[in-house]
Amino acid sequence: MSRIQSTLEALKASGRKALIPFITAGDPQPDATVAAMHALVAGGADIVELGVPFSDPMADGPVIQRASERALAHGMTLTRVLAMVAEFRKTDSKTPVVLMGYANPVEAMGYEAFAEAARAAGVDGVLTVDLPPEEAEACAAALKAQGIDLIFLLAPTTTEDRVAHVARLASGYVYYVSLKGVTGAANLDVTSVADKLATLRQHLSIPIGVGFGIRDAATAQQVAGIADAVVIGSRLVQEMEAGAAGLNDRLTTFLTGVRQAMDQA
Amino acid sequence: MNDKANYSLPDEQGHFGIFGGIYVAETLIPALDELRVEFEKAIADPEFMAEYRNELKHYVGRPSPIYHAKRWSEELGGAQIYLKREDLNHTGAHKVNNTIGQALLARRMGKKRVIAETGAGQHGVASATVAARYGMECVVYMGAEDVARQAPNVFRIKLLGATVVPVESGSKTLKDAMNEAMRDWVTNIDSTYYIIGTAAGPHPYPKLVREFQKIIGEECKTQIVEMIGRQPDAVIACVGGGSNAIGMFYPYIEVEGVRIIGVEAGGDGVETGRHAAPLTSNAKPGVLHGQRSFLMQDENGLIVETHSISAGLDYPGVGPEHSYLKDIGRAEYVAINDDEALAAFHDLCKYEGIIPALESSHALAQAAKMAKTMNKDEVLLVCLSGRGDKDIPTVAKMSGIQL
Ligand SMILES: Cc1ncc(COP(=O)(O)O)c(C=O)c1O
Repeated sequence: MSRIQSTLEALKASGRKALIPFITAGDPQPDATVAAMHALVAGGADIVELGVPFSDPMADGPVIQRASERALAHGMTLTRVLAMVAEFRKTDSKTPVVLMGYANPVEAMGYEAFAEAARAAGVDGVLTVDLPPEEAEACAAALKAQGIDLIFLLAPTTTEDRVAHVARLASGYVYYVSLKGVTGAANLDVTSVADKLATLRQHLSIPIGVGFGIRDAATAQQVAGIADAVVIGSRLVQEMEAGAAGLNDRLTTFLTGVRQAMDQA
Repeated sequence: MNDKANYSLPDEQGHFGIFGGIYVAETLIPALDELRVEFEKAIADPEFMAEYRNELKHYVGRPSPIYHAKRWSEELGGAQIYLKREDLNHTGAHKVNNTIGQALLARRMGKKRVIAETGAGQHGVASATVAARYGMECVVYMGAEDVARQAPNVFRIKLLGATVVPVESGSKTLKDAMNEAMRDWVTNIDSTYYIIGTAAGPHPYPKLVREFQKIIGEECKTQIVEMIGRQPDAVIACVGGGSNAIGMFYPYIEVEGVRIIGVEAGGDGVETGRHAAPLTSNAKPGVLHGQRSFLMQDENGLIVETHSISAGLDYPGVGPEHSYLKDIGRAEYVAINDDEALAAFHDLCKYEGIIPALESSHALAQAAKMAKTMNKDEVLLVCLSGRGDKDIPTVAKMSGIQL
């Protein structure tokens, strides 16, 4: 059983929902990332999603675009992101780490080489935004061979037969994008998300995380009432944008509030 | 080279060999599926195609003529250069062939809002034009750097009632405009049709744009025979994303003995790294903007900034069908540097009284280079993809002239 699976199953057994924060690796500067990951765990993160910065982040809104630009300005690369995960693993062997990014850096490294390096670094899951199931077979096989979960996005526009297609390739969890838009967009509509999740569950046996548009403890609490996991990205990246001073305390404090609200759901 | 007689690409999933495909975020996939289905229905519908052709005839002014650039050919002293005059189209470039087709498709699909990305601004103008023609709202994304260097077209777009959104992210050029257009589309997917301006992007766009641009090559195939009694020895076109080129080349893929030559932007020279020539510089295949194709990138898979005097060619990727045609050896790709393009620009003004677009000047420069080494009875047919009025400020600046 993968680290993601066992984490999610343990949470389920205790009646709790997973909290999955997202930050961009190397933002605001490379030496901040590993400490920030630990700070997120201290605030109650169950899984950490680490953004791999890319030059052309087509699915991201301005906040995460700027995070990518800051990280790239410091020379971040996929190889360096993997080194950060390895560093994190030295003192945390428990918390699953999911890399989230775009296809081309992975293509450039090669699927097999990437999958091996990712496993060696201690990566548990990979979410490639622009690699839909239609194009993902080869990458999925390489990751699977290394015991790494391939996380897919599902969207409000996803049709039922596509859900079935995704279900065949996906493992770990699926990530439901709560709204039509880019990251950091407006707030989500909990009722319509709940309706869609009901449909998705007819085809999916793995847990469903919900992200895009979750910015505060109250929304996180509502989403925890309907989903298996809550993903928070742009709101945390805004903390990174505010600078390194007191960053880790701010991350922990914010996430602790979210965690408490979710656990009361 | 074997299968060119029954060439029938792309396949169902939009692949040209290993190139093409649908590399986009999930939200867009159902919209692309719908587009593919509606597009296939439309081009099989005689009524739709009749309307498209009627618009091309009466609104665009097709067929565009082929013109023998006799004085310039004589000056060069070799092969005869013929020009397919896409510059004479309404709006001044080949781009309108595609925007008419796509706007009719948008209307058929019930979309009232269209968006577009633009580099040189020609596709922005062509999109704004058809939006006005069919009564649609139009938003054009344009890199902030291109807004500055293509000022006349920015104003034209606004005159036509469209909104221009300058894009400040990344390198502030065409690729960033395309990123921003994709972000708009994913946000407004129900109401909006995205008119991609070149033969690139996720399936079905490369095929769709080819189908609306192949009129260029189809006309050539009959016109040139009327003029010289045979097909040319080579067809030549500039390649940004590759829409005028694929429009010119596609009908010729099956014609034995006609060389197909695509001309990329060599910028300061391919060897300097400051260029926009993924095919000529042997870039590795990569994934960007929904497709797999040869792509200018660094060793970490990050897209590198490109350089060209011509905004319309200043793009790190290329449409997937060109990558495929290079791979199978049916087409050849070369690069022309900024200074060579500029020299051809001036030559055409001087010898033929035609001001060509800087993009098209790359194809002209390649023709000039080849003509000199060829016999007088050989024929090069060049796609003069657009007129150069929009480039006058750039050329003046290059020549140190204050307008
Ligand atoms: C006149 C002209 N030619 C060529 C191009 C390049 O585009 P494509 O390669 O799609 O033909 C442009 C793009 O703006 C253009 O304006």
